[in-house]
Amino acid sequence: MPAPIRLRELIRTIRTARTQAEEREMIQKECAAIRSSFREEDNTYRCRNVAKLLYMHMLGYPAHFGQLECLKLIASQKFTDKRIGYLGAMLLLDERQDVHLLMTNCIKNDLNHSTQYVQGLALCTLGCMGSSEMCRDLAGEVEKLLKTSNSYLRKKAALCAVHVIRKVPELMEMFLPATKNLLSEKNHGVLHTSVVLLTEMCERSPDMLTHFRKLVPQLVRILKNLIMSGYSPEHDVSGISDPFLQVRILRLLRILGKSDDDSSEAMNDILAQVATNTETSKNVGNAILFPLLQTDHNAVQRHRSTIVDCLKDLDVSIKRRAMELSFALVNGNNIRGMMKELLYFLDSCDPEFKADCASGVFLAAEKYAPSKRWHIDTIMRVLTTAGSYVRDDSVPNLIQLITNSVEMHAYTVQRLYKALLDDISQQPLVQVASWCIGEYGDLLVSGQCEEEEPIQVKDEVLDVLEGLLVSNLSTPVTRGYSLTAIMKLSTRFSSVNRIKKVVSIYGSSIDVELQQRAVEYNALFKKYDHMRYELRWCSTHSLLTGGRTRSHLNETGLVANLGLHSLTFMYLQLCANDLLDLLGGHDVGPVIQTALPTKPASAGGELLDLLGDLSLSGMPSMNGLKIEFTFERSNPNPNISVITIHASNTTEADMTDFVFQAAVPKTFQLQLLSPSSNVVPALNQGNITQVIRVLNPQKQQLRMRIKLTYTYKGAPVQDLAEVNNFPPQSWQ
Amino acid sequence: MQFMLLFSRQGKLRLQKWYVPLSDKEKKKITRELVQTVLARKPKMCSFLEWRDLKIVYKRYASLYFCCAIEDQDNELITLEIIHRYVELLDKYFGSVCELDIIFNFEKAYFILDEFLLGGEAQETSKKNVLKAIEQADLLQEVSHHEACIAPSGNAFLTQHSSFLIHEPTLNSHILITRNMCS
Repeated sequence: MPAPIRLRELIRTIRTARTQAEEREMIQKECAAIRSSFREEDNTYRCRNVAKLLYMHMLGYPAHFGQLECLKLIASQKFTDKRIGYLGAMLLLDERQDVHLLMTNCIKNDLNHSTQYVQGLALCTLGCMGSSEMCRDLAGEVEKLLKTSNSYLRKKAALCAVHVIRKVPELMEMFLPATKNLLSEKNHGVLHTSVVLLTEMCERSPDMLTHFRKLVPQLVRILKNLIMSGYSPEHDVSGISDPFLQVRILRLLRILGKSDDDSSEAMNDILAQVATNTETSKNVGNAILFPLLQTDHNAVQRHRSTIVDCLKDLDVSIKRRAMELSFALVNGNNIRGMMKELLYFLDSCDPEFKADCASGVFLAAEKYAPSKRWHIDTIMRVLTTAGSYVRDDSVPNLIQLITNSVEMHAYTVQRLYKALLDDISQQPLVQVASWCIGEYGDLLVSGQCEEEEPIQVKDEVLDVLEGLLVSNLSTPVTRGYSLTAIMKLSTRFSSVNRIKKVVSIYGSSIDVELQQRAVEYNALFKKYDHMRYELRWCSTHSLLTGGRTRSHLNETGLVANLGLHSLTFMYLQLCANDLLDLLGGHDVGPVIQTALPTKPASAGGELLDLLGDLSLSGMPSMNGLKIEFTFERSNPNPNISVITIHASNTTEADMTDFVFQAAVPKTFQLQLLSPSSNVVPALNQGNITQVIRVLNPQKQQLRMRIKLTYTYKGAPVQDLAEVNNFPPQSWQ
Repeated sequence: MQFMLLFSRQGKLRLQKWYVPLSDKEKKKITRELVQTVLARKPKMCSFLEWRDLKIVYKRYASLYFCCAIEDQDNELITLEIIHRYVELLDKYFGSVCELDIIFNFEKAYFILDEFLLGGEAQETSKKNVLKAIEQADLLQEVSHHEACIAPSGNAFLTQHSSFLIHEPTLNSHILITRNMCS
């Protein structure tokens, strides 16, 4: 049997192949030869064959038949064999295959070998690919080597320990004693790997963190030596002495110094020194500055102008980083300047950034706005320049903001109205504007804002809103806003007839949502006309965010937003009872009885109780089916919200086989408990309750998709809806 | 560091070091996608990019791309330095290293990498010490080879090395240039 060809010979041969097919043929031929050689258990050429196999593996060909051969090489006494054997193990074996466990014994022996290079091979392999089982078995050996005086082995043992801890965190404790004098080493390799090990331990365990805090002075000293000592050719990189070690120490210092004043004090001097001494014209200098800046936020401000310049860079990833950093840097002092830059960026950036940038601007403006006027102007700017990219959930937030700035209402509504006249294509802008016009329409026409001319004709305003209703550019959501706004103006403008006409037209709209609203508003005109004024439509949040005072009762929160209008209607009816009391018990005709979910009826207090700690959210009632949500916070786990749904039925027939299903986004977990029954009796004679438990560890905005199926008058009915206006208290 | 890949301008893999356990299939998929992504980047583009949930740090040296995947909390800038240090080590070892050296001596490239990094972290920050360790290990290999009384292949390495006639731009000149304009 001729000797198998050498590795380099094979490589050369394969590289002469002109086509993929030719290459494959050569590989297959060689693999066959190697396979028979393995079968013959040839010790002499095993190493060469495995090396060739590794080359072919890199080209993408299967090499699993070489796995056992690697193990045999590792077990060999020859260093060459071990070298290739361990390399092969790292390339071909992985912890998913049981085969790798066969290595454990070999590695154990090699960890105790007389030659440090063999020990090194074993440590390297274990530290790169050791499975949890292997780590458990060999941790003791690693710990032993961590205490050796041989710096070549000690540094490897330290990183091996890091891997062991990552794989089997419970073993972390056993390495603690060995860390005692790691930092007193002079050898940079050991120092570097020790710092890595200490960092890993501190990141994983607050106890370790506290324990290692006492090392801060030592770390500071080492860092100082690195900076102050003269040129060291061995460790120099562009004039900086061992930047790798410096960076690592800085990272550890940051972790140790977090929320600990004493440690931070001890570090301040050296951090300032590093900052001033480090030249940033080379990458390596910046590499050191990077963790430094993570530690000391003030230093970052110095670089603000550079960061802002990067907003104009051509590279997309740089722009994104610059944008994120800019938002992080915004504070009360630089808000005006920064916002100018960011708004300019918003104007000119790629569409993929606009949504995030807009959200960022809103957040920053909310936190640091120097004045209400500036705040409103900023919002306006965003809505007009990037209005279509603004996130859906920004709309209610913005509305809340505007509501809170009472003195700015006139100014705001004027500006929004003007913006609408220009452009009705950007839906978030249109929605916010519609809402404001509905709410503050009286201010719009009264000319209270001196800066803008008063809108003379109320009809003009109604023209605009009606225009939104019919425009192709308006989404169904926007139409809902417009219709509600028009309705609200019936209490502010005198053109009631016109409004009545509009509302009744939409009573037969194809859009179910619009139809629903129109029908309900119509009813308001007919049955509750006298109350239309009393029930001045106010924004949601004043009630739901905790304003539960009596004074709010007069301006009962009729939620004019999307999805809540039918609950609104139910509210109306409830409020009607209340108001009747307040108004002195007028006899005003029949009040529709609605099923109150949980609380007994009691004068005045019921509205408060219903709101109480519970915020109500709801959804459009579908064909007479109403779903109401009530909320509780679960004790002891504050991440769990307990939501109870109450299903009631205003139609004349029962809804049987009623099934409620819900789905939530991935970051939540949902648990549906059994419903009280599966029949929703007709005419509100009773309701079904069902408890939903939602786990929300990330405290994200709760959204839910619900599916309702039931049988009605013999026919199966299915309804789908999305609820995404849960009030913040229910999930925060 | 989660992994390091070396590949040519044509997308051929020259070295792959994985520090996280993944199946062969997954490794192939990641390699394919990442190589495609990096090769598509223009010369003036930033050396850092975000890919899946990782940060990718890459740099081209002559005909070879050196590409590392690091985690969120790792320092990209020092990773660039690590890549550069590795290239310097290869250069010192092979003497004006070029892609062909790494093709024909891939196992040595691995040995050098394994003396410099362990488990994805730098184990030795002194260039001198890494090279010394490799030298000693090579010597040990030669000795053990001779002791086994096999046909003298001790010189094979040298003769093969000198038989390279194919010329490719060396990495060395590029190292000098990049060091000076390192930013």
